[in-house]
Amino acid sequence: MTNIPSYDAKQQEIVEAAKEFAAKEVRPYAGQFEENEAIPRELIDKMAQKGYLGACLPEEYGGLGLDPVYYGLFTEEFGKGCASTRAILTVHTSLVGETLLRWGTEEQKKKWLPKMCSGEKIGCFGLTEPDVGTDAKSVRTTYRKQGDKYIINGTKKWITLSDIADFFLIVTNGEKGVSAFLVEREMAGVKTTPIKGLLAGRAAHIAFIELENVEVPPENLLTKEGSGFTYIVNTALDYGRYSIAWGGLGLAQEALEAMVSYSRKRKQFGKKLYNFQLVQGIIGDAVTKVHCGRALCLRAGELRKKLDANAVMESTIAKYYTSKIAMEITTDAVQIHGGNGCYNKFPVERLFREAKILEIIEGTSQVQQEIIANYGLRQYYRPDYQV
Amino acid sequence: MELKEKIRKFIEANLVVFEDEAEFTDSDNIFEMGFVNSLFAMKLVSFIEQEFGIEVDNEDLEISNFNSVDRIVGYIENKKAA
Repeated sequence: MTNIPSYDAKQQEIVEAAKEFAAKEVRPYAGQFEENEAIPRELIDKMAQKGYLGACLPEEYGGLGLDPVYYGLFTEEFGKGCASTRAILTVHTSLVGETLLRWGTEEQKKKWLPKMCSGEKIGCFGLTEPDVGTDAKSVRTTYRKQGDKYIINGTKKWITLSDIADFFLIVTNGEKGVSAFLVEREMAGVKTTPIKGLLAGRAAHIAFIELENVEVPPENLLTKEGSGFTYIVNTALDYGRYSIAWGGLGLAQEALEAMVSYSRKRKQFGKKLYNFQLVQGIIGDAVTKVHCGRALCLRAGELRKKLDANAVMESTIAKYYTSKIAMEITTDAVQIHGGNGCYNKFPVERLFREAKILEIIEGTSQVQQEIIANYGLRQYYRPDYQV
Repeated sequence: MELKEKIRKFIEANLVVFEDEAEFTDSDNIFEMGFVNSLFAMKLVSFIEQEFGIEVDNEDLEISNFNSVDRIVGYIENKKAA
């Protein structure tokens, strides 16, 4: 891949191996995982053995130390193979792992990150609730201080991986405002219940988390009371958006390959589908969008690597764009497949459903549009423009 | 450029109010005024770390360290002196 501005042979090798792994161990079984409504534990263990659960975490903790660009390319390979498997990386590795790396104390990092890399502890991110989604500042799960402990009460909903997670990064509200805690499954008063009947992500162990008078020691508070939204939620969602940006690109790329391949094999009116100009129009648009999405993801990755303050905005733009084109291209891939596209023996049927999720999670497209518009209204304003 | 000026410029480049008359003093709480959003808080951390070679510690994550030009300048000066 010579189009990567900062080529690194070792990291490239890891991504190549991950590509092979995803093609062999993940993609062929994506439909089956969904049918069984579970990513098998053996797959998670295999990913852990290869270091994939700590792909972007430093080697000192047992991670692979991929930089943001290579971690993105790595995520794309899993995104192509199976969205539920990619979700493990988004949630466990990015949302929880990277946030802990960024804002955890030395003790917290030493305690959790090696176990997260080895797969001994699976983490998830508990933000949304039955009544709180986009308005994340208003979470109703509460914390209160009692002696030197914190008591947490509330219900989290739609929490990816939570049904198998060993610990939960839980966002709460309390005396000093939004605060984030690491809640462990073995603590008394923690219960998870899987959510069935989902449009997609059926294998991603999405569940409710009920927390009833859960006692949490002070060393499980992340940063400070009151910093949970501004720093923890925003940081986690920034990592999450970057992951989803590449996940969306993976879905779009997979759908593009499916539509191209189908159009070259399927005949109607005595001709292969690709001969029809209207089909070519769809393919031409899909190729253009995928290339554009890739350019946005790579740019966001390069900025993240440089720890540039603009990385947050560019990641938001990339996430907004690739989730949108994933929806468009998977829709078109279904269209080109006709009846077959509506049938679960063809992967495009699943890709189409999975794409919709990406326009909702880690901030809806509408929220991203608002954020991007605010940026544009500032960045592209010309005070001397005559009206 | 003077430290204060750099901070002011950075804030101005990130305001989410778009009326030309929107102005703030060095002591105004820019979060409470709704002049910036919480994404800005994160961006500001990256900016401070990059621009001034400071590591913002998890212990420092109090919005009160960062809610006005004066506070931000004070924070950076303290960190640099430490």
